[in-house]
This record gives sequence, structure tokens and C-alpha cells, in this order.
Amino acid sequence: MRALPALIALALAIPAPLAAQDSLPPAPYAYNQLEDPELEEQARELMLTLRCLKCQSQSIADSDAPMAGDMRHQVRTRLAAGETPDEIRTWLVERYGDYVSYEPRVTASTWPLFVIPVVLLLIAGLIIRGRLTRKVQPQEGAE
Amino acid sequence: MKRLRMFLWGLVGLSLFLFGLFAYQLSQPKDEFVESAMIGEPMPEFDLRPAVEGYPGLATADLADGKPRLLNVFASWCVPCRAEAPHLETLRDNGAEIVAIAIRDRPEDVAAFLQVYGNPFTRIGADDISEVQLAIGSSGVPETFVIDGNGVITYQHIGDIRAEHVPLILEKLREAGA
Repeated sequence: MRALPALIALALAIPAPLAAQDSLPPAPYAYNQLEDPELEEQARELMLTLRCLKCQSQSIADSDAPMAGDMRHQVRTRLAAGETPDEIRTWLVERYGDYVSYEPRVTASTWPLFVIPVVLLLIAGLIIRGRLTRKVQPQEGAE
Repeated sequence: MKRLRMFLWGLVGLSLFLFGLFAYQLSQPKDEFVESAMIGEPMPEFDLRPAVEGYPGLATADLADGKPRLLNVFASWCVPCRAEAPHLETLRDNGAEIVAIAIRDRPEDVAAFLQVYGNPFTRIGADDISEVQLAIGSSGVPETFVIDGNGVITYQHIGDIRAEHVPLILEKLREAGA
């Protein structure tokens, strides 16, 4: 029982150095939703496809990094000010490149990703057609 | 039989090629830096309040008066920022004018930081919601930008400035002044 106060003191002491990120409160719209549910829905959809720059495998909707909160604030206030989700995505891509967006675009370096599956499907279709017509012929000859 | 054998050798060749490709990619160093796409673009419009008592804040107009400058993005809570402080002083001693933006920082914390690690800055603006940081395509602290006399971003240094980076940054600053 005598160890209890010491334990409590220890538990209180630990969070302090861990919290050494920054001391400011989050931006107003980092954790607050927009009043208009329709706009908030648009904001949410957009935030899920924008990449957190600090924690690079999370979207800004998933991340608790202060910078992700500041990005959510940008998204929500810009939507509330009348910008469209596409304009906001473009604004960010102009600053950070395609890196910041999880929505793939067709560009000079990404077009093979879109073209190769189509080409493979075409080749597969041609092969299958070739096999089918070859198999049918001997059967016809056997009858 | 011969066709089957050739097909199998083909498979072996293909898998060797793939493994070679994986080995090559795995041996390449991972680049975790997100570079700003704003190099060559003018600074965005902003007007930041002073981050600390006794020094002016920072606005777009301060950056387009014909003189090239360094813009240091830092924070008192950022550990690498402490490591680069002496090298910022070297840059200042070599004639660089350095202005700064403090990210998500309280005036008393900035003051304490400057007192311990020195103050090479002429102006310090406070960016409480990373607004200007996002607008210039900076993805962390510390980062240092070269801004030419017309307020156009000409170079970005990501991460803390070490002694070996000083000559290159001075060179970039000189280029911006030409």
C-alpha cells in the first residue's frame, strides 16, 4: 500500500515528456465537424483520399498528427468558403505533388498503370479465342 | 518436349529478372522527403503576427523588397531545430538575412528557445495552424527556403542544416541575388 502514492506519481510523471510535440490547441476545424452535414460529408470523403505528410501511410482523416489536423482545418474551411473538393485537392497537389493525393491520376508517368491491364485483357481474350476455335474443329471432324 | 523445355527456361529467366528487380529496388535508399512543388513560384499571401515579443512578425510584403533571404521554418518543440541553430548563425555571419516562421508555438516557448539556442532571425512570424507552411509546400520542421528579391521561392532544404550544407545554401542565396 505504501507504494501506491509513488506509483501514482510515476503515472503522472510519464505523460509529460511523451507529450513534447507542441503546446498549442488543435486548429478550430481539426476535430470539429462542419455545421452543414452535406459539406461535412464532402469533407470526410476528401480527407480520406488525402495523404498525411507526417505519417505517410495514413490519410489525414485517420491521423492524429497536429499537421494532419491543420490539413483537415484547411479542407473544412475551404469547403465552407465555397471551394469544391477538386479545387482543394488541386491546391494541395500544386504544393506537394501527386504524393499528397491517394486518388490516382493519368499522367506522363502513370499511364502504363492504366494501359497495361487493358492490353493484358486483350491478349488474354485473343489467346482464349484461339484455343476455343482450335478445340472446336477436331470435334467437328470426329462427328 | 523441346517446346516445354524452352517454356520452362523462359519461366526461370522471368523469375530471375523479377528477383533481380526486387533486389535492386530493395537496395535503393528510401526517400522519405516530400519535396515542395512551389520552387519557382511566388510566396503566397500571408501576414503572420510576431511569434515573440521584441521582433516583428512576417508578411509577404517583407519578402519582396529586392533582397534575397533565407526563410527558416522551425518550432521550439522540434529537436533537430536545436541541432541546426549554430549553422543558422554561421549563415547569418556570412551575410545571409534569415527570417523565420514558428510552427504551432507559444510566445514564451519561442522566447525560451531563442534564449538558449541563439537568435539568427530578423523577423519571426507565428503560424499557429500551419497555414503558411501548407501554402508553401513544407511538410515538416525544420525546413529552409531561399526566397529571391521578388519574393519567389528558389530553393528548399529539407531537414536540419548541417555544417556541410552551409556552402550550398550560401551559393543558392547568391544565385537568388543575381
